[in-house]
Amino acid sequence: MEEFAALIDALVYTRSRNEKLRLIAAYLQATPDPDRGWALAALSDGLDFPAVKSSTIRNLLKDRIDPVLWTLSRDFVGDTAETASLLWPAPQEPPSPPSVSETVELLSAMNRKSVVKELPKLLDRLDSSGRYALLKLATGGMRIGVSSRLAKTAFAQSFDVSVEDVEEYWHGLTPPYADLFAWAADGAAPPDIENLPTFRPFMLAHPLEETVVDLGDYAAEWKWDGIRVQLVRAGGETRLFSRSGDDISATFPELLGVLPMNAVLDGELLVRGNVQGGEAGGAASFNALQQRLGRKTVSKKMLKDYPAFVRLYDVLLLEGEDLRPLPWEQRRGRLEALASRLPASHFDISSVVEATDFEHLSQIREGSREDAIEGLMLKRKDSPYIAGRRVGYWYKWKRDPLLVDCVLMYAQRGSGKRSSFFSDYTFGCWDGDPDEGADLLPVGKAYSGFTDEELKKLDRHVRGNTVNRFGPVRETDKSLVFEVAFDSVHESKRHKSGLAMRFPRIHRIRWDKPPHEADRIEALRALIAD
Amino acid sequence: MAAPFSWIKPEPHGIYIPPADCWVDPSRAVDNALVTHGHADHARGGHGQTVATPETLAIMELRYRTGAEDDAGEIPHKAVPIEYGETIRLKGGVDATYIPAGHVLGSAQILLEHAGERVIVTGDYKRRADPTCPPFEVTACDIFITEATFGLPVFEHPPIEEEMRKLLDRLAAHPDRCVLVGAYALGKAQRVIAELRAAGHHQPIYLHGAMEKMCRLYEEHGVDLGELRLVADAKKGDLRGAIVISPPSALNDRWSRRLPEPITAMASGWMRVRQRARQRNVELPLVISDHADWSELTRTIREVDAQENWITHGREDALLRWCQLHQRRAKALALVGYEDEDD
Ligand SMILES: [Zn+2]
Ligand SMILES: [Zn+2]
Repeated sequence: MEEFAALIDALVYTRSRNEKLRLIAAYLQATPDPDRGWALAALSDGLDFPAVKSSTIRNLLKDRIDPVLWTLSRDFVGDTAETASLLWPAPQEPPSPPSVSETVELLSAMNRKSVVKELPKLLDRLDSSGRYALLKLATGGMRIGVSSRLAKTAFAQSFDVSVEDVEEYWHGLTPPYADLFAWAADGAAPPDIENLPTFRPFMLAHPLEETVVDLGDYAAEWKWDGIRVQLVRAGGETRLFSRSGDDISATFPELLGVLPMNAVLDGELLVRGNVQGGEAGGAASFNALQQRLGRKTVSKKMLKDYPAFVRLYDVLLLEGEDLRPLPWEQRRGRLEALASRLPASHFDISSVVEATDFEHLSQIREGSREDAIEGLMLKRKDSPYIAGRRVGYWYKWKRDPLLVDCVLMYAQRGSGKRSSFFSDYTFGCWDGDPDEGADLLPVGKAYSGFTDEELKKLDRHVRGNTVNRFGPVRETDKSLVFEVAFDSVHESKRHKSGLAMRFPRIHRIRWDKPPHEADRIEALRALIAD
Repeated sequence: MAAPFSWIKPEPHGIYIPPADCWVDPSRAVDNALVTHGHADHARGGHGQTVATPETLAIMELRYRTGAEDDAGEIPHKAVPIEYGETIRLKGGVDATYIPAGHVLGSAQILLEHAGERVIVTGDYKRRADPTCPPFEVTACDIFITEATFGLPVFEHPPIEEEMRKLLDRLAAHPDRCVLVGAYALGKAQRVIAELRAAGHHQPIYLHGAMEKMCRLYEEHGVDLGELRLVADAKKGDLRGAIVISPPSALNDRWSRRLPEPITAMASGWMRVRQRARQRNVELPLVISDHADWSELTRTIREVDAQENWITHGREDALLRWCQLHQRRAKALALVGYEDEDD
């Protein structure tokens, strides 16, 4: 655990990407199996120990130090694991640190009851850095500035294999990745995932921004407002994955028995309806889909009221053949041919948008708000299907955001790098005429859209204009106007205003604008799309 | 007879002493000021008269040119020097005694006495040894007005020798690079230099231009800092394998580009918290502070054992809570204009 803790600390304080890669690679080379496999898992996807939650740590600490002092410390530090590692009383005995795999074994063996006795024993065997590494490892999500991609890249570099291959095998394997190390480090045969229903990395798009493309080279498709999914059938099993590779099969059981052949398909998950693209579009709003998301079990009524289907964009693998190296145009041909073999009840194909030229396409895009569609996708006709985001192949061209002026109501401390700043803002619109005494009602929350300089200024504003404190939350004097950009607005029970924005972000800070000139709830309500 | 302690009033802009018409560390210009030490949030320019240690007055003179003449050729500011252990009688029968606070050169706690009542204003202080100033002296009083900059139990400053070792080890491991240490220009920089010398590092240490005058002032007051050179006068090659000291604000700015692949370090108590170090892009955090950490704060409150503790700038909430838990009377003062020093 000492080497792992030293690696974590070094990574925390390293800015340079190359240096991070070097540090991880050096660790992976020097550390034996299975320790390095567990470490790689911790750095990439994170490990999950159901018995150890942030709340478990909090409760352990509150038994050892005054709860008020704990909360004040946690608010200041901004990270439960780090606060606990700093506050844990120094053990009487000199530390006798366990190895990473022993740690993983012990953590896995804990249950909700035993954790209260066993986790302290483990903490007592470590110094402050070790405790930090342990708690980060135990609660998953290291959040130390190392992305899953970076960890995999470091793995690839340290054993001189391609990171694309690593990504390809990754989702078919489980920690501590013995097969992966055997292949990369010891020259064994690559892991065999062909007959496993595993997730393949998505190809992603860049925003179009200022670029103009030649429609001779690019095809346009609608960007539907659902969630991007991958439907995989292999080895007699079908699975549905979200964009991040999470298995969401259980949430959409109706899609698991309808794919008749082995394939990996890329598409948009939608609910039947007539909002997106009208009657012909055949899809309900994102809000309708949202009724289905995140559920562990699905009622018959849900299935009937919100029937889901996949609108296909692409085909990656088909009946044992890897189509990804083919140009988009050819894959599109294969997809169209394939679509006729799929049940129309659960599949259709995202049509290509025809436009005479870029100007014409741009007019079509303007209409996408009325059609409740997110915008357009532009795909190079000769582009292979490549994992990740490659410049020049695919672009997303979203419709312009909606804007509304809101008043800052509450601010909360951020987490991680922003833990010393009030960086999460709740804002509201007027519920009537503010000059007649109307109140503000919260309509949304945003954490982004401002520069570091602006963040400092906002933080100062919050500190200087606080009227109430509720733990980490400050209520401000409602004197600052934000121009908030968002993609759409929907009815919602989450806010008292009955409205919820999608993707709200601070577009401009209106230091100049008097708060009574901010928008009213009615103005926002008028923008509801469904 | 007046009510107890009615002669001392915490106001938003400092501690006010009505019978003497005098302020301690006021955050705006006043006629009569008692100043604990030279840091900007305690010592401001523009006072009519300032009572402080000779070192603090010299620092204020350097920073605010308080000795400058006006158009009429007179020096409008009156500097009243007072040595450690010395007592000065103010108007209205208030006595002020300056006692070492162990914070930076010239730093003092101010003991105020009136009508048999004793109040101490600590300004900033620490309890660790510091080669650049005499140590904090525990002094009995009725009301103890303490700072709380590091008033959270997560703050524990390690022994400075450990931090010096980290710094020198890193320097030795990268002989082609330099280690750039961000350190507050008054106090921290000179303490780090003096501790480096004590740890056996006798090579020239390079300074950002903004540090030079304060280092010279320390030397004039008898603090030996060894051979100091300016980065501006050095060739890039000279800086390889060297330690460079700059104000924290210069760590990530254009200025540092002239250095040979600097390893960015920062000497501050805030470095105890990883995210604080990350915010400043610090690669080598050095947990070195001129303030009392949590255990020093609580130990000092116990040792001074005043009837009442007033807590000023910093994390008052937590120290107040500790006082409650330990049955010590305490209240937090809402002073404005005090900031977290880059410390
Ligand atoms: Zn100070
Ligand atoms: Zn201070």
